[in-house]
Amino acid sequence: MSARELVFWADAIVAVMSAFVVVLHRNAVVCALALVMHLCAIAVFFLLLDAAFLFAVQVILYAGAIMVLFLFVVMLLDPEGRGMGIRVGRVQLGLTIVGASLLLMGMARALPSAMDPSPALPEGFGGAHSVGRLLFTDYLFPFELASILLLVAMIGAIHMGRKEVER
Amino acid sequence: MIPFSSVLLVSAVLFALGLVGVLTRRSALTIFMSVELMLNAATLVFVGASRALGTMDGQLFAFFVMTVAAAEAAVGLAIVIALFRRRRTTDMDQVSLLKW
Repeated sequence: MSARELVFWADAIVAVMSAFVVVLHRNAVVCALALVMHLCAIAVFFLLLDAAFLFAVQVILYAGAIMVLFLFVVMLLDPEGRGMGIRVGRVQLGLTIVGASLLLMGMARALPSAMDPSPALPEGFGGAHSVGRLLFTDYLFPFELASILLLVAMIGAIHMGRKEVER
Repeated sequence: MIPFSSVLLVSAVLFALGLVGVLTRRSALTIFMSVELMLNAATLVFVGASRALGTMDGQLFAFFVMTVAAAEAAVGLAIVIALFRRRRTTDMDQVSLLKW
């Protein structure tokens, strides 16, 4: 087993454990902090998979910006995390079992036919230079659409977050 | 070099965990965090496929998924705040007017 694979599996353990904490812990603040850890573990996956630019974006944008938003709202609404545990009714349990087993069945079919990674990578694979070049040539239209999406999301968030005016 | 099948395996486990969280958590905030878990599992598959194919397209898709996730987090948290302002709770069991 190469060093890269060793780091991969160690990181996989960290990612799965922190995901368990996110799903199971009662306190929403602990959940948010575990999610930060999980996102950093995902960022390490990106680094191992030759996506250096996405690693930086994941740490700055996801584990930084989005999680600050999350923590802010958690602290605002539910700082003690009281009475917000897990509910396990018959419907939830059934749906969970069905969903997880469908996923695992799909995986069992897909895993043997999964291709091997290509050994030779082009120069600068996953770096900021090559991502930027693709973003402003082949993916220019989706890029512009994403900017409109962000604008719409900003307007929507401001509209829904503002105080209601009595008329 | 990391085999693509192990990337698929890890992301399937993470996606299933996120699914369990969405179905079983009661607080709207933790349901949101579980949705983020599922989104990240999907992003991981995109990046793994990009590495396996040796092309950059999967990474660009992952980039756009992150953009959508940022928009989703902003709007979703605004909805949660509006809900809390009106109903004084984030417990999804008490927000069941449209459920059968």
